[in-house]
Amino acid sequence: MNMLEEKVLGIIEKNSRVSTREMAVVLGTEEIDVINALQNMEEAGVICGYHTMIDWDKTDIDKVTALIEVRVTPQRGKGFDDIAERIYKYPEVNSVYLISGGYDLMVTLEGKSLKEVSRFVSSKLSTLDTVISTATHFILKKYKDHGTIMTRKYEDQREIITP
Amino acid sequence: MSKQEKLLAEKTVGLKPSGIRRFFDLVSEMKDAISLGVGEPDFDTPWHIRDEGIYSLEKGRTFYTSNSGLKELREEIAAYMKRTQGITYDPIGEILITVGGSEAIDLMFRAMINEGDEVLIPQPSYVSYEPCTILADGKPVIIPLKNENEFRLKPEELRAAITPKSKILVLPYPNNPTGAVMGKEDLEAIADIIIENDLYVLSDEIYGELTYAGKHVSIASLPGMKERTVLVNGFSKAYAMTGWRMGYACGPKEILAQMTKIHQYAIMCAPTTSQYAAIEALRNGDEDVAQMRESYNQRRRFVMHKLEGMGLPCFEPMGAFYVFPCIKEFGMSSEEFAEELLKEEKVAIVPGTAFGDSGEGYLRISYAYSIENLREALGRLSKFVKKLREQKK
Repeated sequence: MNMLEEKVLGIIEKNSRVSTREMAVVLGTEEIDVINALQNMEEAGVICGYHTMIDWDKTDIDKVTALIEVRVTPQRGKGFDDIAERIYKYPEVNSVYLISGGYDLMVTLEGKSLKEVSRFVSSKLSTLDTVISTATHFILKKYKDHGTIMTRKYEDQREIITP
Repeated sequence: MSKQEKLLAEKTVGLKPSGIRRFFDLVSEMKDAISLGVGEPDFDTPWHIRDEGIYSLEKGRTFYTSNSGLKELREEIAAYMKRTQGITYDPIGEILITVGGSEAIDLMFRAMINEGDEVLIPQPSYVSYEPCTILADGKPVIIPLKNENEFRLKPEELRAAITPKSKILVLPYPNNPTGAVMGKEDLEAIADIIIENDLYVLSDEIYGELTYAGKHVSIASLPGMKERTVLVNGFSKAYAMTGWRMGYACGPKEILAQMTKIHQYAIMCAPTTSQYAAIEALRNGDEDVAQMRESYNQRRRFVMHKLEGMGLPCFEPMGAFYVFPCIKEFGMSSEEFAEELLKEEKVAIVPGTAFGDSGEGYLRISYAYSIENLREALGRLSKFVKKLREQKK
């Protein structure tokens, strides 16, 4: 990955809606170079998607997010990959990570209610052959997510004019 | 009221009120004005530096340090000067830790000026040089700089200002408010004149880490210059430590000794907590500085692009975090323009005249703001400019 690509990532990681034209301006380069950089990184799988940070709590729509630690028995010759695939295929599942520590997989799940999430865990997750145990934690409040502070608006603390 | 004939020091009362102050008062009356007028970074001091400061308090480091400042800090600064400018300074006697670069400037004048000595001050430049010269009984001699020279000090301009009484030349680069820089060739061109006329230089390099076309070169690194330069630098702009009040002066032992003497009586020592934090900054802060520099550079390009779009002429600044566009086409003074802009669009931009008479016809736009803020403020400036042009027709 070259310097330009790294800088482009730095910009779009915080705000994926910055136009290629503006990126070209602030990076002191040509727009075509930015477009090519994005394309290369998309093809290489470095850029996997462009998503939006939403604070669902501020809407009328009910959403509950849970973090579930899952302990599994890894299968011979396949390790954790198959189990992870089985789990991540569910659309309710937002993320699946293989982690170090007491548990093996960390799954985040979204549902309309606590009940719905619990039902998913008990009927679809815990019932998998390879799953030994789960520990479900419900997210009560998101302070910061994906590098974005969700609770307070930025306030400039400086004096308005200084020499 | 007092029966004293002259209650207040005439010298002090006689100082011109700051143009910045006046504008600040106007702006603070406007409740919802957005500003492009700050002279300090929008970044917070990097956490590892803050932690070191906090930790030093927890460890009970709450006493005075030596007058010159912590030996460890002076050693780090000596190492920094060696590594970035190739200049060797002795941490004992050639480096003084001060309360911001501001104190170092003040001390230098008070240590060196005898009544009637002339101090050459290129303008537009930072607001303190003139008043501090006067307070030290010196005579400020202003050298007006030109836009067509990108506000660099030209040899002819320097020569024209020198008189038998000239003692000190203030060299403030990278520059506040113009964003101008002096490259090696520019410095070499004036170094000969300085040596020829036995001038001493106050080199204010507080923005030294914020250059966007190659590394900053200090005049003290040129042959024959180290022994006649007091190099002032600090932590405010590079490490976003404005409130910590951390600066330093490097220079010849005899000058630093006098500066230390005054410092000893007036201040005792710079804040201890800040000194410990500063050591951490020098040791492990390079990456943070590089990141901030990259951010500033992106915003710099953004602002230049927007000004171009508005048709406001401006040379491309390669240092600090300011842009100095020209508003002469509108036939208004900088102050009038700035006040009108504030009233109509609620945007505060500092008039160039706050930095000297040669700032007339210019504005100082600071880009120590997020791109979102810059977009909004420059959008309003654009509207205002369009309106003015319509009215002219």
